[in-house]
Amino acid sequence: MTYATSLACRECAREFPLEALHVCDFCFGPLEVAYDHDGIQSKITRERIESGPRSIWRYIDLLPVDEDFIVDLNVGWTPLLKADRLAERLGMRELWIKNDTCNPSWSFKDRVVAVASSRAKQLGFQTLACASTGNLANSVSAHAARAGMEAIVFIPHDLEAGKVLGSAIYNPTIVSVNGSYDDVNRLCSELADNRHWAFVNINVRPYYAEGSRTLAYEVAEQLGWRAPRQVVAPMASGSLFTKIHKGFQEFQRYGLIEETPVRMIGAQAEGCSPITTAWRNETTNIRPVKPDTIAKSLAIGNPADGYYALKTMKRTDGGATAVTDPEVVEGIRMLAECEGVFAETAGGVTVAGLRQAIANEQIDPDETTVAFITGGGLKTADAVVEHVTQPIPVEGTLQSFEDAFAEAPQAVGVGG
Amino acid sequence: MATRRVRFTFEGDAVKEPVIYLVGHEFDVVTNIRMADVEHDFGWVVLELDGDHDEIDRALAWVEAKGVRIDPVAGDVVES
Repeated sequence: MTYATSLACRECAREFPLEALHVCDFCFGPLEVAYDHDGIQSKITRERIESGPRSIWRYIDLLPVDEDFIVDLNVGWTPLLKADRLAERLGMRELWIKNDTCNPSWSFKDRVVAVASSRAKQLGFQTLACASTGNLANSVSAHAARAGMEAIVFIPHDLEAGKVLGSAIYNPTIVSVNGSYDDVNRLCSELADNRHWAFVNINVRPYYAEGSRTLAYEVAEQLGWRAPRQVVAPMASGSLFTKIHKGFQEFQRYGLIEETPVRMIGAQAEGCSPITTAWRNETTNIRPVKPDTIAKSLAIGNPADGYYALKTMKRTDGGATAVTDPEVVEGIRMLAECEGVFAETAGGVTVAGLRQAIANEQIDPDETTVAFITGGGLKTADAVVEHVTQPIPVEGTLQSFEDAFAEAPQAVGVGG
Repeated sequence: MATRRVRFTFEGDAVKEPVIYLVGHEFDVVTNIRMADVEHDFGWVVLELDGDHDEIDRALAWVEAKGVRIDPVAGDVVES
């Protein structure tokens, strides 16, 4: 049985039943799941968690889902890699990479969609829906297939065919909206009010957002039941960022880890950095922007949780970074070359943001740091295809190989 | 009758115009402000609009033509 008790407004604290609601009727503030903390405290232990499945569902006591309704694609429990070579390149002592490219649809969105789809099933929905240009649609389509639910995915009409494939293979209904990005936004918001569909990041958003906390739970457990001193995470809506911090706080509250401060550093691409801009201008008023960056998975110009991300930075003595598109590409390459992890552009933002945070002294290079890599590189291969090692052309003879190999500057073994 | 919850974002000169007041005068739409934060050159207002569906659409198109950005209260819902 879930320990979730109600939905509570983050602004005025009014409470609502655990239904498909996302906005407070009184002040229009966002709703968040509230829990019976005493109930959780009386039950949860390290041993109980360790005996659970190797997925996000080992933390089911902390999630707003009843066990009978779980939609299980074995999401989560992704590797936490000690990144010694990248640490050395960046001049750090202890760096870890949380590699969420290893999820079933190759991004962290599986965590949030797993929780949203399970709760949607519990609420009696037959249809999962979303508006998406990639990762979210992939995950919604996959989870709907697994659950035997219908999926309906809304995409902008000019989206490249390749980006639709990762969803289309699961056979959802795909609606191509002839209009601007803002038109898609508006249409889906209205549909969420008018149709009995679970739009994962609209009417069931409070449950959806809860899935991100499992990233922090896993990191703390994988570090040997301790929180890192510093975190670098990408920011789009700002929800992931705030929920990672919340996850560490909850583990501290329940006595699962020691109470140590976790400094939260957010990373954005310069071409879409409304949260970082507000941070630098020392305001909590976020000015919406029109995104223009290769980091499409972070291209949210009007971030719903930006204000809360800023509050998290302030509370944790953290900060925000913004990096250029060439720096994003370099970040992707650095991570791949040093650690063997191929990330999508959001991962490049994280690694480049980490480097910037070190240069700006927002991060102490001697403290334990975790960088969150949230999606796999094949999703945004076009961003790096011009910047990677090219093949050495040879004929099928030893002489041809030896001649070409000797001239190739980066060839293995050349010069020794 | 329909109800729409939206967020208006004002920048520059648009901050000085009584846009919400004029919506109530020019269109058969009732406006109800729930949250707001307005500075001298920037501000946002979250409000509810009540009226006929098409009339709300016309009112919002008029507001947008005034240079005001309109978003759903949930922010951007199109994610990667």
